[in-house]
Amino acid sequence: MAVRTLPRLDAYAGNPEKKLTLYMLMLGFAALLLGTLFGPLQSFNYGGLDLYPYLKPLIQSYYQGLSLHGVLNAIVFTQLMAQALLVYFPARELGYRPNMTLAWVSWWMAFVGLAIAAIPLLLNAASVLYTFYAPLKAHWAFYVGAAIFVLSSWVSVYIVLQMWLRFRRENPGKITPLVTYMSLIHWLMWFLASLGLVVEVAVFLIPWSFGWIEGVDPLLMRTLFWYTGHPIVYFWLLPAYVVAYTILPKQAGGRLISDPLARLAFLMFLLFSIPVGFHHQFADPGIAPGWKFVHTVLTMMVAVPSLMTAFTLAASLENAGRARGGKGILGWIRALPWNNPSVLALLLGLLAFIPGGAGGIVNASFTLNQAVHNTTWIPGHFHLQVATLVTMAFMGTAFWLVPHLTGKPLVKPGLAWASMWLWFIGMFIMTFALHWMGFLWGIPRRAHIAESPAAMAAYQDSLPWMVMNIISGIILFVAAIFFFYVIFATALQAKRDFSEHQEIPFTEAVSKPEGNALALMTDRVWFWFGVAAVLILVAYGPVLLQMFTNLNPVPGMRLW
Amino acid sequence: MNHEEHAVIERFERGWLIFGVGMIVVFVVLIAYTMANFGGSIPVGTERVDATKVRTEGQFANPRLEQVGNEYVAYVQAFAFGYSPSEMRVKRGRKVTFYVTSPDVQHGFMIERTNINVQVIPGEVARVSHTFKEAGEYTIICNEYCGLGHAGMISKIVVEE
Repeated sequence: MAVRTLPRLDAYAGNPEKKLTLYMLMLGFAALLLGTLFGPLQSFNYGGLDLYPYLKPLIQSYYQGLSLHGVLNAIVFTQLMAQALLVYFPARELGYRPNMTLAWVSWWMAFVGLAIAAIPLLLNAASVLYTFYAPLKAHWAFYVGAAIFVLSSWVSVYIVLQMWLRFRRENPGKITPLVTYMSLIHWLMWFLASLGLVVEVAVFLIPWSFGWIEGVDPLLMRTLFWYTGHPIVYFWLLPAYVVAYTILPKQAGGRLISDPLARLAFLMFLLFSIPVGFHHQFADPGIAPGWKFVHTVLTMMVAVPSLMTAFTLAASLENAGRARGGKGILGWIRALPWNNPSVLALLLGLLAFIPGGAGGIVNASFTLNQAVHNTTWIPGHFHLQVATLVTMAFMGTAFWLVPHLTGKPLVKPGLAWASMWLWFIGMFIMTFALHWMGFLWGIPRRAHIAESPAAMAAYQDSLPWMVMNIISGIILFVAAIFFFYVIFATALQAKRDFSEHQEIPFTEAVSKPEGNALALMTDRVWFWFGVAAVLILVAYGPVLLQMFTNLNPVPGMRLW
Repeated sequence: MNHEEHAVIERFERGWLIFGVGMIVVFVVLIAYTMANFGGSIPVGTERVDATKVRTEGQFANPRLEQVGNEYVAYVQAFAFGYSPSEMRVKRGRKVTFYVTSPDVQHGFMIERTNINVQVIPGEVARVSHTFKEAGEYTIICNEYCGLGHAGMISKIVVEE
């Protein structure tokens, strides 16, 4: 078939799920584009440079910009990427078509929810940041829109569950294929994890914002928020891990070392992602230190699957490097295909994940956390995790997935490659500065310090680090322009060519799951789902019961 | 990949995991040790109050620093956008116990160069204590977003010889 343009309606006739996946991806990248535009403004703020006055009357304050940045990047973009990748990948692996009616329901719910929440955000009526801590009270449309948006993910849970159940029915006794297994675990974990947020918003915040109830209990709201708010980071991370385990080794020219261990890592995320939320509340009065210690230990447990992942991925990449002719102890690293922007994105992202993970251990350490709680150390940490590894994994995936879905070749691969290097360098400089500013000088996170002379006087010792924030903001801005140009120019070009249609490059494993006792054990999905639920009940039950039976409501306020 | 290489990888992996889990055990033991020995800087909830009445009733209606024997006790209101009492003076080497709450929204109560770092939640009273070993000025910083004036919500505690 020669290069030709196809009428828009025909292009996906045989593959409606490709169109859906493309829509999920593009809605996500549109959200990321808007959210990312505010990123450099935040880092300039931490360099003492305040550009927000120039944005009036469009954007009223730093906190409005920060609310948009956090909600769009951390909640909207990440969820849409999961809904795109972890519905499409298992469908491709199993050779099934997902239930398309439900799939479009999920897209429309996400779109409508996002649109409803966007109105108060853009009108400065919901400048409560992405944690929306009560008793700061946003416009009701923010909570309603957010609820619809998050509930759209439950539809994705159901779609993947449906495909997995069909596989079980049609293949009795066979082990679940790896990508499907990982996706299923991811969605089941998220279902359990999202319950906190759903209860917080549906039972308390929406009635409160309509004025049906006078007040809400701020401590209970925090507790419900962080019940979801920690596992949500694994909800972001696991799609990146799916790509790193099942696609990266193949793209790098090698094989996954062990399929059963990959399953074990994911199973551990199902068990230990959720009963750990108190490590965001170490500084809260009202939760006994003993319970915080329990969550500390469980948080440490969740480091284990990431340690396993680090080993398996490094070994798989070494396998790839040696297959490409790399010699010696480190020669295989150089032999990896660093010029492939998709591979580069993950290699750099995984590199950033090492200091990011080490910082996470600090945050999880109850007593050590006192030194960094709510300082810029925290955004420094999660910009290494979600803004570097997770975001770069999605960006790198888009470089091959958008051409795969549309039949349109990637525009300017060189620019794509450069955007990943710049993103990595910019994030590395910025997070480095934020970590030390928070740890050494206690500079608070999400504070409009550039506008406050008192703050700038108090933090003047950190000036050299502040300059690094400005430099990184500029680098990241250039990286974002490069990236979004490549993605949108690729998707919007008229050229279409399905002749070189390629299947998804799923990786082959060296150690196979068939007949492996460990893999068989992990495949008892409902049993482990039950164990996860019991662990949550043990770690959260008594505290939540006490909070629910002793509500201390506080009226809402708008202070922005 | 031959069988021998595979065995090598498995051995390395076992070693890596033993090392990793071992480190985690060390961390947990250290945390338990610091909790037991330096627990004063860990915020503890002492009582629950009606946030709307904090300004008019109870201990916090009269925010103050008072000397009790050889130690100090402070009742601090963190409000939008400041602290009351606005400035505190204490003597070096004496234990200071802070009780902190908020009459409006959430705030932070962080004292730089110390381990004092409290999430101030309306309705909850938090207690922390610290002994300042060096004289000088310590900045108190609100590190939880509380509204437009958040960044300027800074106070200080002066430690005298």
